[in-house]
Amino acid sequence: MKISREDVLRVAELAHLGLSPEEVEKFQAQLDGILNYIDKLNQLDVSQVEPMEQVLFSPEGGQDSHPELREDVLLPCDVGEAVLAMAPDAEKPFFRVPKVIDR
Amino acid sequence: MSAASSWTVASIRSALEAKKISARELAGEFYRRIDGRNAELNAFLTLSPEHAYAQADRIDAAVARGEKLPSLAGVPIAVKDVIATQGVRTTCGSRILENYVSPYDATAVERLDRAGAVILGKTNCDEFAMGGSNENSAYGPARNPVALDRVPGGSSGGSAAAVAAGLAVAALGTDTGGSIRQPGAFCGVPGLMPTYGRVSRYGLVAFASSLDKIGPFTTNIADAAALLEVIAGHDGNDSTSAAVAVPSYSAEIEKPVEGLRLGVPDEYFGQGLDAEVRNKVEAGIALLEKLGCRTIKLRMPHTDFAIAAYYILATAEASSNLARYDGVRYGLRVPGSTLIKMYRKTRESGFGPEVKRRIMLGTYVLSAGYYDAYYLRAQKVRALIARDFSEAFQKVDAILAPTAPTTAFRLGEKTADPLQMYLADIYTVTGSLAGVPGISVPCGKTKEDLPAGMQILGPHFAEGRVLQLARAFEKAGGFSL
Repeated sequence: MKISREDVLRVAELAHLGLSPEEVEKFQAQLDGILNYIDKLNQLDVSQVEPMEQVLFSPEGGQDSHPELREDVLLPCDVGEAVLAMAPDAEKPFFRVPKVIDR
Repeated sequence: MSAASSWTVASIRSALEAKKISARELAGEFYRRIDGRNAELNAFLTLSPEHAYAQADRIDAAVARGEKLPSLAGVPIAVKDVIATQGVRTTCGSRILENYVSPYDATAVERLDRAGAVILGKTNCDEFAMGGSNENSAYGPARNPVALDRVPGGSSGGSAAAVAAGLAVAALGTDTGGSIRQPGAFCGVPGLMPTYGRVSRYGLVAFASSLDKIGPFTTNIADAAALLEVIAGHDGNDSTSAAVAVPSYSAEIEKPVEGLRLGVPDEYFGQGLDAEVRNKVEAGIALLEKLGCRTIKLRMPHTDFAIAAYYILATAEASSNLARYDGVRYGLRVPGSTLIKMYRKTRESGFGPEVKRRIMLGTYVLSAGYYDAYYLRAQKVRALIARDFSEAFQKVDAILAPTAPTTAFRLGEKTADPLQMYLADIYTVTGSLAGVPGISVPCGKTKEDLPAGMQILGPHFAEGRVLQLARAFEKAGGFSL
């Protein structure tokens, strides 16, 4: 097994994802299968390859497709009310959550 | 398809101008069709008749005043439910957003609206666009109108099904690893994935931000050109949207294709490709040769590694993007005694199995000690795949390949084994990783009467050429080979 039960539990904790005991077992087997498949990338020698960190493309000799950042100016964004109206628990202008600080 | 169902952008325009039909009547006609078929197809999750009729009335008023109509005036369009529509529910096919109403329009939707389109409602999809069959929707799968016991493909299955069944003239979908092209192929309609950056992602609920693209499903290529022309272009609200001029795709598609060089990569015709799909795609290639295109055999040696790279990168990005669904700001909240418990319970009960699986995989490959072995390596392989494409496009003007290895499979056929479902993305994830545009066009039906799809991939920002080839193919009868 490439991935242990403890690995599954640790990853679920990192992802703040509650899992049932059945899910833990199922994901361990499925993730193991997927990770074994993914191992095929080790067949390639990538030591001389730069990672592709940027997908944006500028036509060669053409215009730069992403020329510059926009001016740093305030633009109105008046969706605050609508956003708070959709919140599970809001007290304008805040989202309310369980207490996180004890004092 | 009956004559009544074959409305196009152009035929709607002339009917409105000639006052043969009003935009309101047309919207009503499409809602009647939806009423008649949506129970079995499950293509739409939400209808927005109030918005649609209000827009139709604005168009009818413009007609009455004798004004020049905008380019998509009165055209009934469906929108995949991962794209924000102001005042209308956007569920992403997930329980976690079951009652979420978008506070603003996605840029693509706003542009459709400004062009006079009538948005009928929101279409079914795999949860957060993760899947290739629409079976990961929390609201039940959409079905393929061509064969109801089969999947429409995914993740944009509802959009493809709606257009194929004549429930909308066109639809927006999104493509991250094939989610427009593959359902297009399965349902027998053209589906276009634009270049990364061609269409703003503002208002598209993020799955994998370096791969997500919005594009149209239509019944014909002229309509695809008309839609792309509207939704493409730079948007200050999306820093990855390109400041590249938008050509008149409607003019580009009528250019002759004679003399174009078309690459046919060996790697797309190997083991695993259904024999009948292969025959249809080869017949499609032969048809384009007959139209004066020259085909050239290609090697794209890293194709076989694309699935592995894709499922590392896409899940890594997803695990980060979906961190926002924690019960704090929107959607479902399951109370917990502490903040962390609230997060965990909310996510446990709000997400479906495939989304959880991908969050787990993505979190794993990004976790301490594994980053270099998985994520960094996958980014390097992505560079190799992109290089395969850039080298190919030095020799050819476009690449032809099957869209999917099979025709639409049966509901339930692949749900037991997620890896088998992933492997079916083999011909589409390559173009996604490279960020190039591609279209799936129908290329006839198999003996079982199921549509096969041929993919035309082009260099960055060459949507015009991709559509031009698709149009020539359509005109020569390629769709019904």
